[in-house]
Amino acid sequence: MTSLDQLFVSGKAAALQLAARVLPEAVIPWLSILITIGAIAALAPLVMMYLTWIERKIIARMQNRFGPTRVGVYGLLQPISDGVKMLIKEDIVPRGADRLLHTLAPILAVAPAILLFAVMPIGRNMIAADLNVGLLYVFAVSSVSSYAIFMGGWASRSKFSMLGAMRSVAQIISYEVPGVISVVTVIMVTGTLSLVGIVEAQAARWFIFTPWGFVAAAIFFLSGIAEVNRTPFDMPEAESELVGGFHTEYSGMKFALWYMAEFLEAFAVCAFMTTFFLGGWHGPAVPFWAAALLLAVLVATAQRLPVPARAVGTLILLGAGVLWGFEPIPSWMWFLTKTYALIFVLVWLRGTFPRLRIDQLMGLAWKFLLPLGMLNILAAGFWVVFPFPAGTLVSLGILVPGAWLLVRANAPAPLAARRTYVLAD
Amino acid sequence: MIVGQGVLRGMLVTLKTFFQTYPWGRVLLRAIGITPSEGLVTIEYPDVKQQHAERFRVFPFLVYDKSPDDLRCVSCKICEQECPPACIHIGGPAKDAQGRPLKVYGRTYPTEFFIDTSICMSCRICVDVCPFDAIEMDNAYELSAEDRKPAMLLDKAALLKSNEYFQRIKPEEAAQVDARLAAKAAKAAPPQAPSTPSST
Repeated sequence: MTSLDQLFVSGKAAALQLAARVLPEAVIPWLSILITIGAIAALAPLVMMYLTWIERKIIARMQNRFGPTRVGVYGLLQPISDGVKMLIKEDIVPRGADRLLHTLAPILAVAPAILLFAVMPIGRNMIAADLNVGLLYVFAVSSVSSYAIFMGGWASRSKFSMLGAMRSVAQIISYEVPGVISVVTVIMVTGTLSLVGIVEAQAARWFIFTPWGFVAAAIFFLSGIAEVNRTPFDMPEAESELVGGFHTEYSGMKFALWYMAEFLEAFAVCAFMTTFFLGGWHGPAVPFWAAALLLAVLVATAQRLPVPARAVGTLILLGAGVLWGFEPIPSWMWFLTKTYALIFVLVWLRGTFPRLRIDQLMGLAWKFLLPLGMLNILAAGFWVVFPFPAGTLVSLGILVPGAWLLVRANAPAPLAARRTYVLAD
Repeated sequence: MIVGQGVLRGMLVTLKTFFQTYPWGRVLLRAIGITPSEGLVTIEYPDVKQQHAERFRVFPFLVYDKSPDDLRCVSCKICEQECPPACIHIGGPAKDAQGRPLKVYGRTYPTEFFIDTSICMSCRICVDVCPFDAIEMDNAYELSAEDRKPAMLLDKAALLKSNEYFQRIKPEEAAQVDARLAAKAAKAAPPQAPSTPSST
């Protein structure tokens, strides 16, 4: 099954071999780079377009609606129709706006979002650039988007844009701290900044199944959502307060670029969450035949299901367990499945929670996530130093009381049952 | 109290809502012992039309009984005067060359009758003031047209609809109207054919 696993890698190699017959030797490395960049540049907008479709569908279902249904089967052509609509819309620049920065800002927002795809380990050997400082690159590049947002907000010459941009900068800077601190634990344990190295270190055990990994994953995911300005942390573009936040004054394709940046960054957060904590391109480390057998027994004995469903389910699961020996699922499939599952969680959070207040937002970052991240570094240190049962127990012993104390300390003061208002005489 | 209990409960509510909109999701929910509630509530309008209540009303029409020239309207013009946005225009009653009113089935009739769809506010006052139950509210609501005149200015021919149609769209109200008209006819009948007390 390695052929399926390396489908894209060997495809690229074959294309290069073909090209080597007609093109001079010196061009081939450049062609290789061009193919990779071309694939990313072509796939990134496609990913973004269908993320909007996925999001609209899931949110709609959570609100008892259908979502897009009219354009194509299940509304599958809706993103294309939206794209065409955005392209032919008028591009309005407000009077008094800084035209150059106003145009530059959305481009500057999309560029880092696409640059993030360069270090995404989508599958075994499927990474555009395996940087030895990959993790640093991720954080360095993703923080550029705050400049773009502030640039756009400032250049629009609008109060709403300005307010949204200022909120955004405050939020992104605040959440970058716990985000980086949570990933420090991964660097401590794996001893590498290369994303391929981090994924390979998780072959035996995904980091989310360790005490420190679980906490770090939670911190990283929350700060990631906050950094890409998604509900419930969408302060910079809070519709109900700021019209559209930093993109109030944008229209047409520039507006689409803002959205593209946002969705690509959301995708990147999920992808890097998968890379750092969910085992990247690895399948579950649990032997799958054991899991399949367990599930088969569970299905066979389930009282609620009808008998034919039980029989068929048991057979399917047993067959899956046997099939597993041949490693049928390619590594990129695992990576994408986990990433899209996380995107579902992202949309699920959006469908569930209302927006936080700005003080709650800042409080969560500085008073809860940051101290918890610090404690987590300590816990990860103990986990590395001590062997298996002791290390896990010690890090649990640090994290559980620590988290409990932090929750107690941050609990809101109970409201007085009855408020007395003293009015002026 | 467990920390984050409320958060998890909220997320489970949305997840349940997500699953119960799919048939397979409903099967799944039942299998784990959760009774799914209604699910999708959207009515996909152009494909599926909502079943409206009988009292649902949009725009008036003129009722005729047996044939389109047997309309109940006698051109009394009460509705024209009562109409708040003044969207009704009635011409008539029809007269002959000497100025005597023309009658069909024993009633005068309007020469022209216009109601402007774009002005009508669906208030039903015309129906309430009509002494002859000649005008009733329709429940057809797809009235959009590409130009205002003449497509949205309905004339007498376009406004005429049969009593059977009225009975079909609003059975209860039509039954009441029919009963009222029958009672009126019964009351109007005796003077024409007086019965002597001795004959009984």
